[in-house]
Amino acid sequence: MWFLCVFYHRLLDFRKPEVEALAELFGEEIAENESLQWRLPEHHHNDTPFHFVQLSSEEIARNIAKRSILVKGMYELWGQGTCYEELKESIQSYPDSRKLPFLTSGSTFRISVETFGKALTFEEQKDRIQSLTYIPFEGRVDLKNPDHNFFLMEMIESDENNGLQPILQRRIFFGREVGFADRKLLPTFQLKSRTYLGPTAMDAEMAFLMANQAKATSGKLVYDPFVGTGSILVSAARFGAMTMGADIDIRVVRDGRGPDCNVWSNFKQYGLPTPVALLRMDNNVPPWRSGLKEIFDAIICDPPYGVRAGGRKSGGRKILRGTVDPYTVPDDKRTDHIPSTGAYSLVECVHDLLHLAARMLVMKGRLVFFFPVLRDDTGSEVKFPEHPCFKLVAVSEQILSSRYSRVLLTMVKVEPYSEDIEEAARLMHLEFRENHLKWLEDGNIHSSVFKPIDSSQIHTDPKTFKDPKPKYRGKYV
Amino acid sequence: MRLITHNMLSCNIKGVTNGFPLRIEAGNVIEKEVDFNPDFIRHMFAKIEWKALVEGARSMGYAELPEDSPDAAVLKSDEPFLKKLHHALLELHLEEGALVCPETGRKFPVNKGIPNMLLHEDEV
Repeated sequence: MWFLCVFYHRLLDFRKPEVEALAELFGEEIAENESLQWRLPEHHHNDTPFHFVQLSSEEIARNIAKRSILVKGMYELWGQGTCYEELKESIQSYPDSRKLPFLTSGSTFRISVETFGKALTFEEQKDRIQSLTYIPFEGRVDLKNPDHNFFLMEMIESDENNGLQPILQRRIFFGREVGFADRKLLPTFQLKSRTYLGPTAMDAEMAFLMANQAKATSGKLVYDPFVGTGSILVSAARFGAMTMGADIDIRVVRDGRGPDCNVWSNFKQYGLPTPVALLRMDNNVPPWRSGLKEIFDAIICDPPYGVRAGGRKSGGRKILRGTVDPYTVPDDKRTDHIPSTGAYSLVECVHDLLHLAARMLVMKGRLVFFFPVLRDDTGSEVKFPEHPCFKLVAVSEQILSSRYSRVLLTMVKVEPYSEDIEEAARLMHLEFRENHLKWLEDGNIHSSVFKPIDSSQIHTDPKTFKDPKPKYRGKYV
Repeated sequence: MRLITHNMLSCNIKGVTNGFPLRIEAGNVIEKEVDFNPDFIRHMFAKIEWKALVEGARSMGYAELPEDSPDAAVLKSDEPFLKKLHHALLELHLEEGALVCPETGRKFPVNKGIPNMLLHEDEV
């Protein structure tokens, strides 16, 4: 069955992957190496809010919409056209057997009018609704709590709006609502009402999108190796998953303002079960017992990539840099000794993350993480991290500044963890240790993001200056 | 720290080969009720080192688990047993105390329920 899937006009790159992940979660059968079927309305382009998606049942469509953050609604399309005459023909030719059960005299209904790119006055809306008299509605109108919700949606061809390219021709849709997103989650979970926050706490909307990519649900165990203040795990816990988090930072163990302001309290605040475990540990030398593997259903994280916060690893700043010889902590100072940590380059951090995921995820388990990308003008292809155990299934970009963006990568474990992979990772780990400084230099994205603007690139006349990079994907919408 | 976590951790100081299981030095143990999810417990059972769990539970004052690992078939039907396992894995919390490496005796402190597994500079 084809459904009209209408999105909120936000985070454009994240919309389809969210629906795809949720379709799998709710039992849509998708053959190996295939994905959901999508179709665009005529004359629309990829960034339009209107898409068609093929799903096997109305129930799956409803579940997806209900759980999603970016789906405004899923609709059974009754008709469409470029003008109201065409719409009428289209609705009239839609089979009665699909329409009549929703038009019966005992039922209640409501018709809403929505437009994209233009606001309609109340009068205009009324006119449009009244033009639908050719649909044999027998039921009673109920604006508050109707049995059936009908939507008349219009996208008008116009100049650019919100930076979105115009569509070529006006398009009108009429459909019955099957399900819609519960965006009420967002004000409840917004960061400004969170008691314990860190400098890089994940925005609630994005955290829910990540939890959806990870297919977090009841009975699953979700791990965040860079848990910080727990902002990502809170969203996974909201969807019923068991959570577990680790961090090298002292912030995980210490209290914030007051004794009831810590990672635990961030879960209690929403009445969510607290994490199964919080650990203070180093991902570079993780304390997992040997033989332990395939225990997490998903790993979700926002690794420190050195722009807002840099990664740290054990070993001692000065020792790793080679300015001081290895030293021994005297016995009387061992208790309560706070070990110094060295910089953890992005390359090494991602290498450890992929290795951790390869070992600790169950088969078909998902690794969902952000990866920074520099936005240079050369348009060269970005190379994302790879691992023999994983298949990349979704890539969603969020633009952060003109210099860089972050990309949410979703990987699925498709090959089992083997001794060869373990050995290769061990050798790579040694290489990172031996050549600490070299790797630190190579993987430094901070300096590229913050380097001063090349003066030859400053344009004197802002009107003639055209930014070659699209801006509307992400925070500008 | 719950026993499910204890069952996953070992001492990873450089050169240590028998860092598992860590001995529990119980300071303050509390119990918190957790929703019972039998599927989750069954899934975890397959990953658990039984002996370490039994010892850990005992050092936290819970001695209801059988010495020998039960057959996986028991898990399908025996709900009272699943509940015991659920209690041991998820409802016992070590709030304050330490985890002690069986080989070196190094203590990893547990404060506010969070084990600090970070190594010192000379242990990496």
